[in-house]
Amino acid sequence: MNKTQTVISVGIADLNIVSAPNLIRTMGLGSCVGVVLYDSSKKIAGLSHVLLPDSSLTRQSSFNEYKYADTAVPILVEKLVNAGAGKSRLKAKLAGGAQMFQFSSNSDIIRIGPRNVEAVQNILNKNHIPIISSDVGGNVGRTIEFDPVTSKLKIRKVNKEETFI
Amino acid sequence: MEFTNLTSFQKDALREIGNIGAGNAATSMSKLINKKVDMQVPSVNIVSYDEMMDLIGGAEEIVATVFFRIHGDAPGTVYFILTIEEAEYLISQMTNDPKFDLLADGFENELAISVLQEAGNILTGSYLSALSDFTNINMQPSIPHLSIDMAGAILTAGLLELSQVSDYAIIIDTKINHSSSIKGIHGNFLFLPDPDSFPKIFNALGINSHE
Repeated sequence: MNKTQTVISVGIADLNIVSAPNLIRTMGLGSCVGVVLYDSSKKIAGLSHVLLPDSSLTRQSSFNEYKYADTAVPILVEKLVNAGAGKSRLKAKLAGGAQMFQFSSNSDIIRIGPRNVEAVQNILNKNHIPIISSDVGGNVGRTIEFDPVTSKLKIRKVNKEETFI
Repeated sequence: MEFTNLTSFQKDALREIGNIGAGNAATSMSKLINKKVDMQVPSVNIVSYDEMMDLIGGAEEIVATVFFRIHGDAPGTVYFILTIEEAEYLISQMTNDPKFDLLADGFENELAISVLQEAGNILTGSYLSALSDFTNINMQPSIPHLSIDMAGAILTAGLLELSQVSDYAIIIDTKINHSSSIKGIHGNFLFLPDPDSFPKIFNALGINSHE
């Protein structure tokens, strides 16, 4: 039992999967949402760092599917299933979706945090994946780290104690 | 035209914009803290989102940032970024109070916050007015927003317009230094024009954007 534990880091508009004993993390979530999907019996988990809610917003002809909630979550599910997770056993934990600045503009872009959270909830509902816990909203940045062994999501905020959900 | 393809001539023009904006801001900063302030030659970077976070020390780095949106003919976003130590130094210089701990008391030091906000207001305002005068483009700043938090969380707010169009950002980055000692201020101005603003800026400067 001398396994080394590595931490897989997920960037902005990126996703990846991890299996025990390794950890997976993403740093500096603001209005972005970190979506963790996990199969606790297989100890496999995936993390997606979603930047925007809906791929219909794109003005690009070809776009990064990891950027949008509606496209990233199905890809994450597929990757987990391919890695041996049971689709019906998948559960979700969420963090992020803050509103970092209060704008006095009428653009919809101002509510991007809450809209990201709604979009993630919708796509998880569609895929019948229950949300076990979440820490979303507010106006703070978050760094999150998930451990597939304990199924706990560690959340770090500026000037706050670390919490686990 | 993929907007991240810039000719070297266009890059020079953007560098000049950074120069003029930050030059004016450096003068304002010098008056605020009553010390000499230098600036570095601006850099124009075309970066992915993750590289953008690395420019200022990584997504988890805690920074004090004054942020505002530019409204008008060439919309965009401007950030003035300080580390916590630099922000504390700026506050102590402006208030003649040698010791401030920004992260203590859960940001409840109202005087410190208000001083920082006002300093950011003055600096970003002088950056923008130089820019607007130089290009003759109508630019109005939004109310400045101060946030002390993780760089990743703060900077993605400025990427939202852009991220629907591109996976890369063009950043005009200028550092201003007050560096008579190691402990000093090295502020970063980041100017991120929205994608549609580039042709307007180039036109205003008499550069053909399809060159």
